[in-house]
Amino acid sequence: MASLLGRFCRKLVVPGSAHGSRMISTTACDSEAVKSLNLYSAINQALHIALETDPRSYVFGEDVGFGGVFRCTTGLAERFGKNRVFNTPLCEQGIVGFGIGLAAMGNRAVVEIQFADYIYPAFDQIVNEAAKFRYRSGNQFNCGGLTIRAPYGAVGHGGHYHSQSPEAFFCHVPGIKVVIPRSPREAKGLLLSSIRDPNPVVFFEPKWLYRQAVEEVPEHDYMIPLSQAEVIREGNDITLVGWGAQLTVMEQACLDAEKVLDFIFQLKDNWFKVSNMGLELIMQEGISCELIDLKTLLPWDKETVEASVKKTGRLLISHEAPVTGGFGAEISATILERCFLKLEAPVSRVCGLDTPFPLVFEPFYMPTKNKASSSSSLSSPLKKKRHYLIMGLHVWCRYWMQSSPLLITSHSICFFR
Amino acid sequence: MALSRLSLRSTTFLKPSSLRRHVTTDTTPITIETAAPFTSHQCDPPSRSVETSSAEILSFFRDMARMRRMEIAADSLYKSKLIRGFCHLYDGQEALAVGMEAGITKKDAIITSYRDHCTFLGRGGELVDAFSELMGRMRGCSNGKGGSMHFYKKDACFYGGHGIVGAQIPLGCGLAFAQKYSKEENVSFVLYGDGAANQGQLFEALNIAALWDLPAILVCENNHYGMGTATWRSAKSPAYFKRGDYVPGLKVDGMDVLAVKQACKFAKEHALKNGPIILEMDTYRYHGHSMSDPGSTYRTRDEVSGVRQVRDPIERVRKLLLSHDIATEKELKDMEKEVRKEVDDAVAQAKESPVPEASELFTNMYVKDCGVESFGADRKELKVTLA
Repeated sequence: MASLLGRFCRKLVVPGSAHGSRMISTTACDSEAVKSLNLYSAINQALHIALETDPRSYVFGEDVGFGGVFRCTTGLAERFGKNRVFNTPLCEQGIVGFGIGLAAMGNRAVVEIQFADYIYPAFDQIVNEAAKFRYRSGNQFNCGGLTIRAPYGAVGHGGHYHSQSPEAFFCHVPGIKVVIPRSPREAKGLLLSSIRDPNPVVFFEPKWLYRQAVEEVPEHDYMIPLSQAEVIREGNDITLVGWGAQLTVMEQACLDAEKVLDFIFQLKDNWFKVSNMGLELIMQEGISCELIDLKTLLPWDKETVEASVKKTGRLLISHEAPVTGGFGAEISATILERCFLKLEAPVSRVCGLDTPFPLVFEPFYMPTKNKASSSSSLSSPLKKKRHYLIMGLHVWCRYWMQSSPLLITSHSICFFR
Repeated sequence: MALSRLSLRSTTFLKPSSLRRHVTTDTTPITIETAAPFTSHQCDPPSRSVETSSAEILSFFRDMARMRRMEIAADSLYKSKLIRGFCHLYDGQEALAVGMEAGITKKDAIITSYRDHCTFLGRGGELVDAFSELMGRMRGCSNGKGGSMHFYKKDACFYGGHGIVGAQIPLGCGLAFAQKYSKEENVSFVLYGDGAANQGQLFEALNIAALWDLPAILVCENNHYGMGTATWRSAKSPAYFKRGDYVPGLKVDGMDVLAVKQACKFAKEHALKNGPIILEMDTYRYHGHSMSDPGSTYRTRDEVSGVRQVRDPIERVRKLLLSHDIATEKELKDMEKEVRKEVDDAVAQAKESPVPEASELFTNMYVKDCGVESFGADRKELKVTLA
């Protein structure tokens, strides 16, 4: 009951609570203006607000001056000047190192890495410098003002070097935070939280959603708390966990699973087709799915996911990155530790394949909604129900001609679960 | 634009018109001066007089026209969505690919960045293979698995085709080391752009190459824009040929195919004797960085058309051919028509090639029969042994 209340409360954050003077609300009040924006515009708005509210914040990276390759930084250089919004040469290691230094002096450095695929030259700086600065200096110095933004994920035709999802590499580094928004409204709030968070944050933006996702985004300054997962769809049979663009795919899988076909009508019209095989094809029963958006991958909200899995007994994790060593493995291991006795099936991971992100094979590589739907976790509650239903109906139909159906029906009902 | 002066060593000019038919295969040496002098750093520049022949200049024209047509065909294929992904076009820079080939052999290695279509063609690649690879078909040079940025040709020592900026530079120096070790008097040409010139790995590679006297020639293709950023905004010192400091450098007019040829020949001799050298090729690309970039947000259309009128490499060679009576206007136009047809045929052929099999997704990750397993969407459902 308490956990139910707790989860319910997480969905609606009361304005003015727990974050001091700043107003936080995920839902816009009636008096606040909202505007229909896509992801890059929402991020652009967040950057405008961040630079406006803190005079010691800077945005830099490759080609950000003219607006950036995804238009996330349009208008910033014109409004705030070339001293605060500037282009860097092509050197990721240098850019991030420079950002760490700037942040160490108490500034807010918002660094853009043009594609997450190019973040690896900066990996050393992030892991060995940014993540450990506060720790190794005994809290004398820190680079909390650093936020690294990078577009990540598949885009339909990106190929090897414009589609990667490197979040798992960074989730393995204590000392930084990893944040991934799923929609424009979330992105604006999460980005502002990330920029203002006193820890270095790596912020991955799903590039597929830059233009595709459109949502009503409040125009005021708001932040969404980090390390709090959100249950975006309630359910009872299975918990699905994801982040970023993958959530739209998972939502489709949830909708498919919840479809209920009226098999009674089917049976009446096609009774002669009744057989074990026929029944399996005709009959479907809905599965109620609970969908959770993690939002922050490091440190992730274990409590929310745990409470959900304890309710449903099943877990399915989905991400675009390759399955081996992906972040789904961490979630799976943790949930197993915490909810072992409540689990009715092994944790399922529907993820990208263990290959480099392919060029022409992208449709095979991607964890699509069909892969999610047909995964053992999502179909096993169905199979169990089906099994009993089929047994009962099979008996019913065999004796249809010979005996009173009433007797046999009641006999079959006890097989139903 | 200053035309080259002909210093007569052949009698081509005086041949009667009836014998002009044989000009296309005439290999009598001609010497032509390059349009601009070479600027050097820590070494003596090569002479401005380039030894060439009528046949060679005509082949330059043909090759460059073919490359130009290929890039334009790729542009329209991309716009009609037959090529997906990223496509970085080389038109404007053809003189570099062609001139380099003229100065070296197929045993010398070339390694370049993602703007590799014309370099592949220069190394002897077929148009069909190029178009197939662009469209992701099995006939492609990388079996359809690489795409635009990953063209390779092993038999011509073309080591590709690299997506990550600057990553090919240390690789290229490694190639040079292997060549030095094998004592076969071959060199490696390591191409990178003005954007990549600011990568740390370049300087690491330069240091190693200079320390160990590797026969590596680092060629900076300076087309003045690192995607959207001009060189004066990204580099404190835009004199890329001097950036090597202790490594000698040469600045070359990259739009003049003869100058490129001379420089590459000179660089090869230098590298075999003295170790690494940097060549900065002053060139220009007409298209944007890639097909997603209109190329007009960071430079004016006047600038692009200005370069096209004054410095276009193909036009230069055309003027050369016409002024030296090596070919007539009509012959050159016919040649361009032939090239156009060649390209169209190649495109048609490439379109017929099938897409790779789905099982190819899992091949060539490790050595065949290595025994490594890959898991599908649901670990229990799909298991494949990686080939």
